[in-house]
Amino acid sequence: MPVPRFWRKIKHRYNLIGTKCNTCGTYYYPPRYLCPKCRREGEIEEYQFKGEGTVVTYTIIRTPPDQFQNLKPYVLAIIDLDEGTRVTSQIVCEPNEVHIGMRVRAVFRKYSEDGDDGVIYYGTKFVPA
Amino acid sequence: MREVAVIGVGSTKFGEMWERSFRDIMIEAGLEAIQDAGIEGREIEAMYVGNMSAGRFISQEHIGALIVDYSGFSKDTHIPSTRVEAACASGGLAVREAYLSIASGMHDIVVAAGVEKMTDIGTEITVDVLASAADREWEGFVGATFPGLYALMATYHMNKFGTTREDLAEVSVKNHYNGSLNPKAQFNNRITIDTVLNSSLVADPLRIFDCSPITDGASAVILAAGSIARKYTDTPVYIKASSQASDTISLHDRRDVATLDSTVFAAKRAYKMAGITPKEVDVAEVHDCFTIAEIMAYEDLGFCKKGEGGKLIREGVTALDGDLPVNPSGGLKACGHPVGATGVKQVVEIVTQLRGEAGKRQVDGAEVGLTHNVGGTGATAVVHILTR
Repeated sequence: MPVPRFWRKIKHRYNLIGTKCNTCGTYYYPPRYLCPKCRREGEIEEYQFKGEGTVVTYTIIRTPPDQFQNLKPYVLAIIDLDEGTRVTSQIVCEPNEVHIGMRVRAVFRKYSEDGDDGVIYYGTKFVPA
Repeated sequence: MREVAVIGVGSTKFGEMWERSFRDIMIEAGLEAIQDAGIEGREIEAMYVGNMSAGRFISQEHIGALIVDYSGFSKDTHIPSTRVEAACASGGLAVREAYLSIASGMHDIVVAAGVEKMTDIGTEITVDVLASAADREWEGFVGATFPGLYALMATYHMNKFGTTREDLAEVSVKNHYNGSLNPKAQFNNRITIDTVLNSSLVADPLRIFDCSPITDGASAVILAAGSIARKYTDTPVYIKASSQASDTISLHDRRDVATLDSTVFAAKRAYKMAGITPKEVDVAEVHDCFTIAEIMAYEDLGFCKKGEGGKLIREGVTALDGDLPVNPSGGLKACGHPVGATGVKQVVEIVTQLRGEAGKRQVDGAEVGLTHNVGGTGATAVVHILTR
């Protein structure tokens, strides 16, 4: 991913900061600045997610893209955060450990890198809670 | 709204065509469709070209202009040519745009084409391009591949509804059988359940034989106003409904992980527009980019209740000799999936079936056909209903 595109969302990627619409009370991660429910009536502010949630569904990625080759196989999941919004992320655990309904919590981890002297892409992953 | 008919269809053979270029294959399919329609080139008033990512597959944009030029319509007639993009639903959307341009009264004869050249670059890059049909920043960034996203749906569907690993395999077995009867399919080999179950894992529970292949191919259809269709052919096939619906770009934002609401809404609108129920469909081409996708399509198109898609394939209902044959062409799995061409190829296949010209894979007495083309993991769905 080009550096500017990564850099401008660092706060959200590193710290699981999304948004909340004060009009309807819905939480958004990734952040949305237009509430799809309230649209122009929405009132958006940033929100720090608590980082705890439940696995909705999962898979084990065996044939990853180039930048994830050194991680394979890795667990990819959709997680239902306790605030009620869902996020796609990796779970740091053994492939046979993950299951639907598993409780997980957010951690700061490395995702990938641009070669030996390029940018290192960090972000949020999850571990069994 | 005016009635619209398909008066000509054409398609290249699908597969790896290293010796032929993007423009070569598109022109071949277009010429076949024009010949089939029996029209003069100068009668064509406009062109829509479905294409997902020539920009990254062959570093070429301005596809509408390229194709209209090499078709011989950029000089003299100077007709408008528009590229249409909705990831893997680009082809279906090109047909829909062409349909709308005639239904609206703007044009009388229009070409809808679809093309993708996917094998000019390495597989790793192709896979990366396909992943761009989902959300690059919040799905791709964390390592979600395209098979991975459909695997997330499969895990959920199997857990919630008891769909089995064998049910998924049966879809692939059926589509390979159908592909063996289609000379233009990428794969003509028949396989067994064991072939699928013993193939390598891509993203659990999906294996390589659950996945549609990387394919070069092009397809084209000639549409005409219903009022003039019989001037050109004795067997016009009418587009009774054309519908399109949207959903969130990311799978994690959907109402239900194992339902494509875009398909549900596009299908409902199409049935209403055509004035039919799902029971009246005789043959369908659905978007089986992965085996789980075909099972969900049965449900979301209303061929069965939600959660009973596995039962439908298990009982042979969707086999070529079943009550509702699905993907007689071999589907994306066996016929191949040149992403921008697929939605157009589906219409080519249904027209061929409704004319009774499908040879060994002919569905007996087919009068009502449906096509279902999906973009990404379901952010776009396009449904067409066609009749004799």
